[in-house]
Amino acid sequence: MKYLVIFILLSLTVLPAFSKPFIYCSEGSPSAFNPQITTDGTSNNAAAHTIYERLIEFKYGETKLEPGLAESWKVTPDGLTYTFKLRKGVKFHKTNFFTPTREFNADDVLFSFNRQRLKKHPFHLVNGGHYEYFSAMEMQTLIKELKKIDSYTIQISLSRPEAPFLANMAMSFMSILSKEYGDQLIQQNKKENIDHYPVGTGPFIFKKYKKDTLIRYYANEDYYKGKPNIDKLVFSITTDPSVRYQKLKTGECDLIIEPSPADLSDIRKNQHISLQEGPGMNIAYLAMNVKKKPFDDLNVRKAINHALNRNSYINAIYMGNATVAKNPIPPSLWSYNNNIPGYDYNIAKAKKFIKRSKYPNGFETELWTLPVTRPYNPNGKKMGEMMQADLAKIGIKVKLVSYDWPTYLSKSRQGEHQLIQLGWTGDNGDPDNFLYVLLGCSSVDAGSNVSKWCNNKFNKKIVAAKTTTNINKRTKLYKEAQNIFYQRAPWVPIAHSTIFRAMKNNVKGYKIDPLGGDIFTHVSFE
Amino acid sequence: MIFLVLKKILNIIPTIIGVSILSFMLIRFVPGDPVMLMLGERGANPKVYKEMQKSLGLDQPITTQYFQYIKNVIQGDLGKSIITRRKVTHEFGERFPATLELGMMAMIFAIIFGIPLGIIAAIKRNSFFDYFLMGGSLVGYSMPIFWWGLILILFFSVQLGLTPVAGRISVMFDVEPISGFLLIDSLLSDEGIEAFYSSLKHIILPSIAMGTIPLAVIARMTRSSMLEVLGEDYIRTAKAKGLSYKKIIFIHALRNAMIPIITILGLMFGSIITGAILTETIFSWPGIGKWMVASINARDYPVIQGGVLIIASMIVIINALVDVIYLWTNPRMRQ
Repeated sequence: MKYLVIFILLSLTVLPAFSKPFIYCSEGSPSAFNPQITTDGTSNNAAAHTIYERLIEFKYGETKLEPGLAESWKVTPDGLTYTFKLRKGVKFHKTNFFTPTREFNADDVLFSFNRQRLKKHPFHLVNGGHYEYFSAMEMQTLIKELKKIDSYTIQISLSRPEAPFLANMAMSFMSILSKEYGDQLIQQNKKENIDHYPVGTGPFIFKKYKKDTLIRYYANEDYYKGKPNIDKLVFSITTDPSVRYQKLKTGECDLIIEPSPADLSDIRKNQHISLQEGPGMNIAYLAMNVKKKPFDDLNVRKAINHALNRNSYINAIYMGNATVAKNPIPPSLWSYNNNIPGYDYNIAKAKKFIKRSKYPNGFETELWTLPVTRPYNPNGKKMGEMMQADLAKIGIKVKLVSYDWPTYLSKSRQGEHQLIQLGWTGDNGDPDNFLYVLLGCSSVDAGSNVSKWCNNKFNKKIVAAKTTTNINKRTKLYKEAQNIFYQRAPWVPIAHSTIFRAMKNNVKGYKIDPLGGDIFTHVSFE
Repeated sequence: MIFLVLKKILNIIPTIIGVSILSFMLIRFVPGDPVMLMLGERGANPKVYKEMQKSLGLDQPITTQYFQYIKNVIQGDLGKSIITRRKVTHEFGERFPATLELGMMAMIFAIIFGIPLGIIAAIKRNSFFDYFLMGGSLVGYSMPIFWWGLILILFFSVQLGLTPVAGRISVMFDVEPISGFLLIDSLLSDEGIEAFYSSLKHIILPSIAMGTIPLAVIARMTRSSMLEVLGEDYIRTAKAKGLSYKKIIFIHALRNAMIPIITILGLMFGSIITGAILTETIFSWPGIGKWMVASINARDYPVIQGGVLIIASMIVIINALVDVIYLWTNPRMRQ
């Protein structure tokens, strides 16, 4: 009896130490476990960086590319053909619903890409048959042909040269799924499971998802880069940011996503918790619809650029957790043009520009304020009120307008607005993802260019940069494009917000991902 | 009697059809569609946008969509969620037990405290205790759940460290659902009594937050109902006969006073669902309240339609059952 008690006591003290999972308090429930079909950051965190991998990866904590499941690649000088050499010896996860019998090879790459590409693929129509990211990045028209050369070589032919293609390949929607698993699901007549019971090659193996509660993962013992430092990973779903912080304080979380800005000062004072911050790859801006009067007048646009006191917005709305923007891309992105002076807050200059314009006595206009909290802008309405006061100083009377989010998006796409607040978070660390998507001529129709600004000189530069793979040439072209943007001023670039993660002091090895993901491969307990 | 019962049952059908039309149309009248939300700031060229709408069947005229939907509903198919692409009935079934468990615990909390407090207030009418209690219940009734939940967390979890902040059970335990009620499943699982304690500790604060409004209602209702009964002639007779005070209160008065209270309890089923929406959001409780909020934000049409239809049908059916029980118990109602 005595020994039994000792044994129980010992096991109670020893066991928890072995099985302590790493608890990450996330903000919501994933919609599915497959980045091919999801678009939200929550689902991306739950699958893209834990379970899956891609041919090319972003370096941990950076936006530079490094080999992933492809060991190396070659691009033909015309930029039209990419040949990828695949890594040997990579194993797919063994789970309680699938046991792999072979290693990763070219068939898996074809299976994964063709699902999104080809209507006749057995999984194309499964679970809806729409692949938002694949369509939105125009991969459908870009990839002309996808060929397996041998088991460990694949070749992709493009319909046009596209320099950001490699960065696109590192994006989550290009994750590699197992063809063998797909075949098994076809046999079992359970095709829809492909997006809910994931099998990948990544550092963590999916164990269980309890709806709206938690996700459990095991460390992948056979991971080709070596087993992760933590044995078990748990995503504990906690929607309210203040509650997340309370859970961190009581030890129910080891690391939390996006603490509430109101809690930041308290977190900084807490000795048991450390706060990491990093520059967000984002921009908040005020777009001026250049197709509408009076914003077709360059002097008006420059006047507004000088009239807005962006420093005051950063203090009041971002609580100081942002930097003033002067370019349409964030400073952490390569090709950022730091030589551009930007428009300073200067009412006298603003008035001078208004006098020079066709509206020397000012005018009345509408300003649409962002109806939702976005990572790049925590409070559009308050920012709108501050802008209204600033613009009144130079004789521009502003009426603030807002709609609910879907309406806001649909009306702005049709160009019904005059002044509008919006923003963007980068997908792949390529300047093209900002400049072409937000300011390119073809994006006017697609709706993402809300200033409706189509400048031939600017467009030529960004299209040229898109079609050459030489990084120095591209950098030069993007820097010149930013200069044109500065001179023509279709927006007022407002701010690049800071990203925060709070964690217990014993959490080591975590780095903020500039692309907004949470990656736990290198995390450990001290 | 049978005719009356049949009439009640037949009355359910038009109500449910009405609910289906309302839930279907209302969400479509709200601007913005799921495709727009999925694309966000990105946008898509008009061709891609149309194709995506088509793949969701949203390009059809609204009446065609409705009749197609009803045709499927009759066959027991409420459709698939646009976001998770899983069956609505399946998703509902997975979450409903969590809401029901929380709702039942909240009601138990409200009854255990509400009825005795109401009785004491009635007995000590116009005393300091009575004023204090009725004032307190008014505060409880008007307290925003969101704020109250956070206060409870700050005090009990963060300051005192007595209860966990949020969730349904500690992540250390992995309990397989059998009944869906975690308090029962944890006992049945091989995780042991520790898992049960953990789930019990987790349910305390959300039950208090959710049960506070029903508690206030029950306390006030019990008080007024007791006062009414205590003023009846037969109570005076009982007192005159020299019956003990305890007997008068608990056997003669309370029994009769309970009738309206029980009616209220039945009607509170609907308010449990509304309470769940806020409580579940604060306490990260994986029930249907949280699920519905998320689906409205994402304009997940099939989930909103299906969820509203199931909940409304439940409420309508429960009310019809209550009516039938009334008919059966109270002969005067049959006329």
